[in-house]
Amino acid sequence: MSTILAARGVNKNFGAITAAADINAAIELDSVVGLIGANGAGKTTFINMITGYIKPDSGGIHYEGRDITALAPREITRLGILRSFQIPQLYGSLSVHENMLTALGIMLHNAGRGGFFSLSRARQNVPGHDAPAEEVAERILERFGLMEYRNRNTQVLPGGVRKLLDIALTLAARPRVLLLDEPTSGISAEEKFGIMEMVMKAMKAEGVTVIFVEHDMEVVSRFAGRVLAFYDGRIIADGRPDAVLGDPDVRRYVVGEPHGQDERAPRA
Amino acid sequence: MKRDRMLFLLGAALAAVIAGGPLLPQWALFILTIAFAQGLVALGLMLLLRAGLVSFGQALYYCIGAYTAGGLGRAFGVSDVFLQMIAGAAMAALVAFVLGFLLAKYRGIFFGLLSLALSMILYGLIVKSEALGSTDGLNVARSTLFGVRPAADWVRYAVAVAAAFAGLGAATLVHLFLKTPLGRLAPAIKDNEIRVEYMGASVRYAIHVQYVIAATLAGVGGALAATTVGHIDPEMAYWTTSGEFIFIAILAGTGSVLAPFLGALLFGAIHGLAYDLSPHTWQMSLGTALLLVIVFLPEGLWSLFVRRRTA
Amino acid sequence: MDQIGPVVVDGIIYSAWLFIAAVGLTLIYGVMKIVNVTHGSFYALGAYAGASAAGAWLARGYPPMLSYAVLLLAAVLVTLVFAPLIERGLLRFMYAKDEVVILLITYALFLILEDTIKLIWGVDPYFVAQPYALLGSFEIGGLRYPTYNLILVGLALVSGGGLAWILRGTRVGKLLLTVIHDPEMSRAMGVNVGRFYLVTFTFGSMLAAIAGSFTAPTVSVVPGLGVDVIVLSFAVVVIGGLGSVPGAALGAVIVGLARSVSVHYMPQVELFVIYSVMAVVLAFRPRGLFSLVEPRRI
Repeated sequence: MSTILAARGVNKNFGAITAAADINAAIELDSVVGLIGANGAGKTTFINMITGYIKPDSGGIHYEGRDITALAPREITRLGILRSFQIPQLYGSLSVHENMLTALGIMLHNAGRGGFFSLSRARQNVPGHDAPAEEVAERILERFGLMEYRNRNTQVLPGGVRKLLDIALTLAARPRVLLLDEPTSGISAEEKFGIMEMVMKAMKAEGVTVIFVEHDMEVVSRFAGRVLAFYDGRIIADGRPDAVLGDPDVRRYVVGEPHGQDERAPRA
Repeated sequence: MKRDRMLFLLGAALAAVIAGGPLLPQWALFILTIAFAQGLVALGLMLLLRAGLVSFGQALYYCIGAYTAGGLGRAFGVSDVFLQMIAGAAMAALVAFVLGFLLAKYRGIFFGLLSLALSMILYGLIVKSEALGSTDGLNVARSTLFGVRPAADWVRYAVAVAAAFAGLGAATLVHLFLKTPLGRLAPAIKDNEIRVEYMGASVRYAIHVQYVIAATLAGVGGALAATTVGHIDPEMAYWTTSGEFIFIAILAGTGSVLAPFLGALLFGAIHGLAYDLSPHTWQMSLGTALLLVIVFLPEGLWSLFVRRRTA
Repeated sequence: MDQIGPVVVDGIIYSAWLFIAAVGLTLIYGVMKIVNVTHGSFYALGAYAGASAAGAWLARGYPPMLSYAVLLLAAVLVTLVFAPLIERGLLRFMYAKDEVVILLITYALFLILEDTIKLIWGVDPYFVAQPYALLGSFEIGGLRYPTYNLILVGLALVSGGGLAWILRGTRVGKLLLTVIHDPEMSRAMGVNVGRFYLVTFTFGSMLAAIAGSFTAPTVSVVPGLGVDVIVLSFAVVVIGGLGSVPGAALGAVIVGLARSVSVHYMPQVELFVIYSVMAVVLAFRPRGLFSLVEPRRI
């Protein structure tokens, strides 16, 4: 198994707060990794450093063997590392279908810096895909079960559908690594699994390596092949879900269960 | 196909001006030319509006275009309309390129106020400058076209045709631009800039480019205005002038590239009619019309309406 | 070197005028989050109302010393006629719209009011200089200044001090601060936000009208009086920070001194300097030099 993304000796402090302390993690190609940890433990900082929005104080981020630590977020996106959002970021005044077309249109824009007056590339293949925008849009929407909402305006969609669309839009950019920020937050219990199934199936089909942040341990144990547990800026456990979730430190600091005779109230 | 229809319309409009022009009285040709000049500025505003930005200072570039054209005439004796327009456009584009680095970082009210401040800076400079004519302004020589000085009766017609070429030509170019991937970025930026940025596109670049385009169009408009009115003055950079352009852009809406010119014609009509009816209430008519359009005509203001106030 | 005295005195007087003219604008923005172009209209309304009322008062031979009260009363009354009408009759239905759209609405209102003023007062200039001349002049450092200007300085101090006291010292003021920070929350707590908006709009506009009214004796009151004032007020308010009353004071002082310095040493750059400062502040600290503390955005 080859490593597609790696953090080596990464440190980050915000004044007196340690957001990352000697983080080392190598993510394998095609794997699904879950990040767990209390709020403020360092998961979001980790993601932001991978996507380039925060620069580490020391250490490096490597992608496909290349050091991307100093790159601008936009460059990192173009290399194939994308993220989704906790609060779905959609084009509010457009329909689902138009959202997808817009995302694909951006790909066309990114590809052709010179073509200022080039006429409509509607019939060209979208860079990274093998078909023109209309076709690719249908394909992705189909994959995510969004066809029934195709012409609905995004503002009237239920929360779970908005989440799905937010994630589906990233596929327009043909990500190789996708960071999902709390994909099931705000989704009702019955819907969570269905949505994750849909997402993971699509990711597998597209050959995307997935890293997702989650607070719901059931979702984590069901879908992650590997789990990284964060606490106080450090990775305190790294391994298979059952192993990590059974780890006493993880149970104490992340899952929040009272520990033996030291009957402390669970952490928030 | 829709695209062909617009190009057809633009071509037809040009033909109408060329063919019908000689039949129009002088004052009508004047109004037509001014409509093209103002329409150009509004066309540029439309581009920015699509991206969610309202510039309160397009008068800056309008004035730059006008004074460049006028200056060319006074300093170098250049009175060719096309050369003046090109010079005005170039000067405006240059200034906008530089200022764009700053402005592309702002949104909403701050973008508006900064653009306002910049236009007022130019106003302040000209008003106190004797060399530039101060508050009286300067006169601009009669126009020539391609080295030919048209006979007195034909000058207005010639300038109107030149204006039509410039205006409709610009509209065609903008129409084509809006079909490119960059041109399509504006509504996405307006709707969710963060998303656009996270998909790897540079929002600042897109805004910068469209800002320069808008300025260039305004520069051409200013040059046209200078040559057709025969006079330039600092009022052209004042905030009330910017207000008129915004008014036209709002009347027009962002639906098509022909709209700003129709809007300018309509504005000219309201202005003229209202002023004739009662010189001291034409502003009231304007204000009322603006209010009605803003409140009741989503068509014209559709793009502004969709954005809600954030808490 | 001995130019400094006159420069400072001129600057202070001009700053006082700027403060009264602009503070209402920043107050209205702070509370209602709208950039109010009709602010210039109220300045003009105050000027016309003050000039015509004082003119009539003096023409009837009433005590000239009371003409100052007439100026004040005229400004207050004209505001009470127009402001609630505008706020209740139109603006309150527009608050949900984008702030730029609201600005455009107030711009449309400004145009309407410009002509309304012409319809009411005609287009001939009003010149009522007596209240200005009446107080004579005083001397500082060998130069004479009209005593009337002290009224402006006094008004500025009173309104500035008064606002500060109201906002910090009274219960109403504290409620106003909650509305400034979070109208939704305040409404949920039972605060009558609508009424606060009405009062704020009226009060802020009244300050502009008072500025106009007390300026009337020093100028020839003509149509278009508000046009320059509105954009100058923008400059002052932006420099200090939209929504900040101390900011308006700071902005007024900066603009006042900048103008005074240029008028004395290099008059050609007077306006250039003022708007350049505005642009520079917008470029480097868009929220102004005294910005309201914004909640941290994640």
